[in-house]
Amino acid sequence: MKRLFKTLQGLWSLAVGLKITGVELFKPWLTVHYPRQEVDNLATFRGHIELVPAADDPQTPRCIMCWKCVEICPSRCISLRLHAVGEGAEAGDPGLLLAPELKSPYSAHLPPPPDKIERVLDSYRLNYSLCSLCGLCVQSCPVEAIRFSRNAYLVGTTRQDFDLDLLARLRNPVDAPRPPGPRPPT
Amino acid sequence: MMAELTALLTHPLAQMVLALAAILAFLGVNGLVLLYAERKVAGFIQRRPGPYEVGPHGLLQPFADAGKLMSKQLVAPMGADRLLFWLAPLVSLAPVVVCFLPIPFSPLLTGMDVNLGLLLILAFSGLNTLALCLAGWGSNSKYSLLGAARAVAQSVAYEIPLLLAVLAVAFQVGSLDLSAIAATQAKGLLSWNVFVQPLAFAVFFISAVAETNRAPFDLPEAESELTAGFHTEYSGMGFGIFFLAEYSYMVVVCAVATALFLGGWDGPLVPGPWWFLGKVFALVFALMWFRWTFPRVRFDQLLNVCWKWLIPLGLANLVATALLVKWVG
Amino acid sequence: MSQDANARLTGDFYTAPFGPRIEEEGDTLILNMGPQHPATHGVLRVIVELDGEYIRRAEPVLGYIHRMHEKMGEVKSWVQYLPNMGRVDYLHALAWNWAYVGAVEKLMGLAVPPRAEYIRVITCELNRINSHLLWWGAYLLDLGAFTPIVYAFADRERIMDLLQMVTGSRLTYCYYRFGGVSADLGDEFIRGTHEFVADFRKRLPMYRGLVTDNMILRGRCEEIGVLSPETARRYGATGPVLRGSGVAYDVRRAEPYSVYDRLDFTVPTGRNGDAMDRYEVRMEEMNQCLRIIEQALEALPDGAHIAPDLSERLLPPKGEVYFAVEGARGKIGVYLLSDGGPTPYRVKLRAPGFSNLSLFAELAQGTLLADAVSILGSLDLVIPEIDR
Repeated sequence: MKRLFKTLQGLWSLAVGLKITGVELFKPWLTVHYPRQEVDNLATFRGHIELVPAADDPQTPRCIMCWKCVEICPSRCISLRLHAVGEGAEAGDPGLLLAPELKSPYSAHLPPPPDKIERVLDSYRLNYSLCSLCGLCVQSCPVEAIRFSRNAYLVGTTRQDFDLDLLARLRNPVDAPRPPGPRPPT
Repeated sequence: MMAELTALLTHPLAQMVLALAAILAFLGVNGLVLLYAERKVAGFIQRRPGPYEVGPHGLLQPFADAGKLMSKQLVAPMGADRLLFWLAPLVSLAPVVVCFLPIPFSPLLTGMDVNLGLLLILAFSGLNTLALCLAGWGSNSKYSLLGAARAVAQSVAYEIPLLLAVLAVAFQVGSLDLSAIAATQAKGLLSWNVFVQPLAFAVFFISAVAETNRAPFDLPEAESELTAGFHTEYSGMGFGIFFLAEYSYMVVVCAVATALFLGGWDGPLVPGPWWFLGKVFALVFALMWFRWTFPRVRFDQLLNVCWKWLIPLGLANLVATALLVKWVG
Repeated sequence: MSQDANARLTGDFYTAPFGPRIEEEGDTLILNMGPQHPATHGVLRVIVELDGEYIRRAEPVLGYIHRMHEKMGEVKSWVQYLPNMGRVDYLHALAWNWAYVGAVEKLMGLAVPPRAEYIRVITCELNRINSHLLWWGAYLLDLGAFTPIVYAFADRERIMDLLQMVTGSRLTYCYYRFGGVSADLGDEFIRGTHEFVADFRKRLPMYRGLVTDNMILRGRCEEIGVLSPETARRYGATGPVLRGSGVAYDVRRAEPYSVYDRLDFTVPTGRNGDAMDRYEVRMEEMNQCLRIIEQALEALPDGAHIAPDLSERLLPPKGEVYFAVEGARGKIGVYLLSDGGPTPYRVKLRAPGFSNLSLFAELAQGTLLADAVSILGSLDLVIPEIDR
């Protein structure tokens, strides 16, 4: 008798389950149907990093080339090139121009580059295929010259597509991602 | 000339050939429709759109799938018994065509009016077990073998309650002819056997789910344990035919259930065949609904349900029916 | 001892065939489940010896996703090791964040602002719900129910949206920093979390109706994989696996860290130690997480979210430290040895899943193949965490 009751209870539980899925059947989709709809939380999305322009000139980055982001990056995906101008240009530290791959965490105690020399940023490259978006570079920047982009739609077919030249992206917003949707006629 | 042609067409043999051709066409279309329906039902239950991209609302998705399956290379695993391996999908699909012959879509629209229609269906649907067994054995894969072993045990066990439930109805009507059984229920809703024999219907439907290897009784292909069970090694059209056969069997059992318990073609307003198809697909929908709701049972539990519940219930129902028929009707 | 007994002890299945024993004991089937198998969730490989469908013995084989996380700790500076933690256990990334950050803070004697402590509690518990939800869905998938995981993902989506607001990531968070967290909570997050807590409370009964009370599920879980408290202790099992056996050991209560001693929550335990108990413990834990989040939101103080004036070139003093937190799968421990240099001298990560998986060989013995899958699922394994 008790077993029969238990079985009936079990059958009832099956009916309850069916009722739940039956109700869900008639509820609207939860899917955000991508090419037709888009998610609305991109404001907090962290894409690849990008350079912040100076307040007075949108073409010039705020970057002071202090090398902190290069050094703190766990995957070493940032590399800078620069040249010195003006007084002391010839004495530019060649060590600064070394590829960051040659530097190790132990270089942290090396003296910082001389800051008297006037420097110009030649390129700021991000190897995005190595980046783990930890945010340490953004956090370590003393002048807030780097920020996360909101580019959720970066796609590419080769590894080179993810070797981003951030300086070019800053100067030429055409390179910057298009919002999805129908492509403009070319 | 005309008279000869009419004579030829009405010849039972010609009729059967025509019916077989029509059934094959129906099976193909049915496979496509059910493939789409299953994915849409699953999608809606899970609050997704389901297939959407190919054609309006994904309507052409099954064609794309069929095209993909057909264009794939046929690969047999190394060490497989090639004959058995390729025979298995055919053995799975071929009998199902015969199973459709005696199904009464309407009093007139019946492939072949045999007075042992039920027996024919039960006999030929039993062949499916053989197909699963061959597939499992011929694949030279351990997962397939386990799946085949499960398939045989399951099918053999569940044929008994299925038969008991069918027999109860057959006793009551006194015929094994599906048309005759359906015809006795054409007297309105309350004459349907589902109200006369509710227990038999329950036993039949549960057994049918198990016989067609549908979730929650899909043990021969239990994906999380046996990867894909008996059809682990099949790809391309080998898998496609198994797939088609599975959906066809679903329709067969649902059609038999409709004819036996749900009044066959009985219904107001629209012609009989539409009612018949409507009821069949309502039952198919129920099968899909089960699949996307329940977890899978374990093998010993599956057999326990059969031996401890369904067979005693079926037997009791059969005895009660027999006594009633003897004394009352 | 003979060679094959030796080989069995070392667990080297490539060079030591199962052979000789089979000849002795008759007709068995050796089935290789994994490294790609639907039930092993990732790249776990389990070798089972079957007698019919009964498992005579089962042996998990590890190491397919070993990524040298511990070794990486020795070559990266203290702060550079942070992003690794989110990738050890991608389901409860914040607990691993916390374990490492907490260990370094303990080593340096660094004080964390109270607001940061509460932020950590809130985000870590949200992450715990997230992890349990995925386990729930995946476990049901193991048992053959396809729909629950999609419902779980609907709720997970909301949690991930919330965590994205503060951390910027959706799965492999790198949010905690030495002395605090990297970003402050916004009003939107707090409002959203309140809403989520209220809504999720209403979802839990639905889960119960759809799955927990289901007769078929109970048949698959009850009295399956019964784990006695002694066995659990012997293997060093922690987390819901241990609590399911009735031992109320929770690091948040046993060795309270952060502000957990100020929060009111219960540690759910099971009675029989079967798969159903482990299941129920996790379901109840989600409920407790909601309680913790509510209290923490209530008590969230104002102030800084990170200790000020911290150089990223930080050099902890010489010494060693062990710090443990309660992750979704059990006790997560980080042991650090510092020689005062710019990198840790040695890092040891205690992954709870490793101990929990070790149970499997014993639990699965003599069960049906389907039950073994159920047991494996009930242990809630994350393979990358086990292999590290």
